[in-house]
Formats: sequence, structure tokens, C-alpha cells
Amino acid sequence: MASEGMTSNEYIQHHLQNMVLGKLPAGYERHGGDVLEHATWTLAENPQEVQAMGFWSFNMDTLGWSIFLGAVFCFLFYRVAKNTVAGAPSGFHNFVEWVVEGIDANVKDVFHVHNPLIAPLALTVFVWVVLMNTMDLVPVDWLPLAAQTISGNPELHFRVVPSTDPNITFGLSLSVFALIIYYSIKMKGLGGFIAELTLHPFHFDNIFLQILFIPFNFLLEGVNLVAKPVSLALRLFGNLYAGELIFMLIALCGFWQLPLHFVWAIFHILIVLLQAFVFMMLTIVYLSMAHEHH
Amino acid sequence: METILAFTSLGVLIVLGMGAFGTAIGFGVLGGKFLEGSARQPELAPMLQVKMFLVAGLVDAVTMIGIGIGMWFTLANPFLNYLK
Repeated sequence: MASEGMTSNEYIQHHLQNMVLGKLPAGYERHGGDVLEHATWTLAENPQEVQAMGFWSFNMDTLGWSIFLGAVFCFLFYRVAKNTVAGAPSGFHNFVEWVVEGIDANVKDVFHVHNPLIAPLALTVFVWVVLMNTMDLVPVDWLPLAAQTISGNPELHFRVVPSTDPNITFGLSLSVFALIIYYSIKMKGLGGFIAELTLHPFHFDNIFLQILFIPFNFLLEGVNLVAKPVSLALRLFGNLYAGELIFMLIALCGFWQLPLHFVWAIFHILIVLLQAFVFMMLTIVYLSMAHEHH
Repeated sequence: METILAFTSLGVLIVLGMGAFGTAIGFGVLGGKFLEGSARQPELAPMLQVKMFLVAGLVDAVTMIGIGIGMWFTLANPFLNYLK
């Protein structure tokens, strides 16, 4: 990015690459021409190296930023909870209270079983996703440039928005999926859970017809079940990836950057909050569906 | 290689175009129903607005997934890996 004469294609490719830490196999030829003697753990320089690293490669920038933002959220809310003052609270106290009460109201609307895990889960999901998405509003080149200056590597790849990485969004949605299955089995029993998958939506009194329709029911309900985490993850990923990409394309414009960036950033604030809200509401709705008996 | 690139860009075109088409119609119907509902009962408008945004997020979902996949195909085309 600091090099001159970079084409716009190279700029975009550079910005779409995560800081991937992985193990390159022995005998791999890197871009500079040197061949690796042993398998080495190193940062990837281009997409081909990322592919050569295989499954066990870590997107260090995504991991670092998501953990950091989670810690920020926990620390701030913990401080407010520790110092609650009855009477006239300060500005930030008020804000935290407003968020918690808002989410509590939303959960109460949908969730009718008593489960003390759900509202804190919804709060965590919402605030964490909002914090991760808000990183997209920082101008595209600033944080990567700072990272390159600090690390001394002018080719360093650094993506600061964790939700543009499908690994994080799938991590969130697969955790919610695990909770859905856990609570389904806990509330309905293993037999009830399997019955729900195989006896709906086609239900008959005649037992032969019922057994005949089990594969169809299982297919339909299975697709329904698997679509939940997949759509949760990809919805958030797609929205944020497209938003970040448009920021990059606007950054290539030259003089007309400022008004375009401003307009798109304002629209993107809506997307940031909306996608976090939709993620949270769907988590609550799926978990409430897992709790209900027939 | 040119064939792969050409067909990829046509494919991305179709994905983006049909996504935009579906989303536009979906949002139009959604917004229209919201306006109708809040005209009938203005006191319900805030509650309806919250629910409208919720459904808007859902309507947008598959389109955004399509945009994500389209951009991925355009910029880091996985089909080019088959050339080796």
C-alpha cells in the first residue's frame, strides 16, 4: 500500500486479504524466489499462500480485533454494573441502562419460557456485533497504515472489521446453533427432538403412511434446521463485506471521495445497527422456538 | 481462461441483477403495507416501524449473500484455480 504504481485491482486485492498466520509446507516457493527448507509458521503474502496453508491457518487480525472488542464491551459494562448508583445516574450509566432495558423488552416480547441465559446472550450478541461492525466506519486506510508503520512491514495485510471474515460470523451462528440443539433436546427430550424432525409437517394417524413420509419430513425439517445458522452467518457477512468493498471502491475515486464517503458512511450506520439487531432478534426467536412444546 | 472470466462476470451480473430486482419489489411491498397499517392506526406506528426494520433485514439477507458471493467471484475468482 505504501508502494507507488499499485493498480486499483492490486489495491482492492491487498485490502481484501487477512493477516493469515499458517504453516507453509517444506519445499514451498515464496514470491521472493526463496524455497522453504522446512515447514514454517509464517504470515501469508498472497492468496495462493493462504490456500497452501490449508485449514489450520489463523486470521490473526480478525481474532485480535474481535477479542479486543469483546473485552472492551465486557470491561465497560462490568464497570457500570459495579458502580450502580440509585438516583441520578451519569450519562454512560443511562446509556447502558437504556440498552439493557431495550433488549430485555425485546426478549420478553418473544420469549415466554423462563431461561436466565437468553437476555444476557442477546445483549452480548447485539453489543459485540455492533462494536465489530462499527470498525467499518473508521476510514479504510488509517488502521492498516498504522499497523504497517508499527510493524515495519510495508506489505502487511490488516483487516480491522471482524464481521467481514466469515470465520467470525460462522463462529457466532454455530454457537447459537449448538444452543438451539442443546435446548431442543433439554426441553423436549432426545425422542421429542427427533419426533419433531421426522413427524412434521406431514402428520398422519395411519402408522404405515407416517413411516412412509419420514424421509420427506426429515429432508424438509433438516433443511429448515441447517438453514438457520447458515443464513445467520452469511447475512451478516454479506452485508458487511459488501459495505467494506464499497468503501474501498470509493477510496479509489480520488477527489470525489469525501462526499461519497460521507453519504455511504451515514447509510452504513443504519446497516451496522440493523444487522446486529436482526442477528439478535433471530437468535432470540430461534431459541424460543427450541423451547416450545407441541 | 477468457471463457472462465467471461462466464464468471455474466454469472455475477445475473446474481446481482436478480437480487436487486427481488429486493426492490420486497421492500416496496413491505413499505407499502407499513404505510397502510400506520394510516389505519397511527398509534401503532412506532411498534410497526420496529417490526418493519426487522423484516427488512430478513428481506435483504439472500440478496446480500448474493452480493458477497458475486464480489468474491469477481475479485478472487475460485474458478481460476482449475486452470492448473
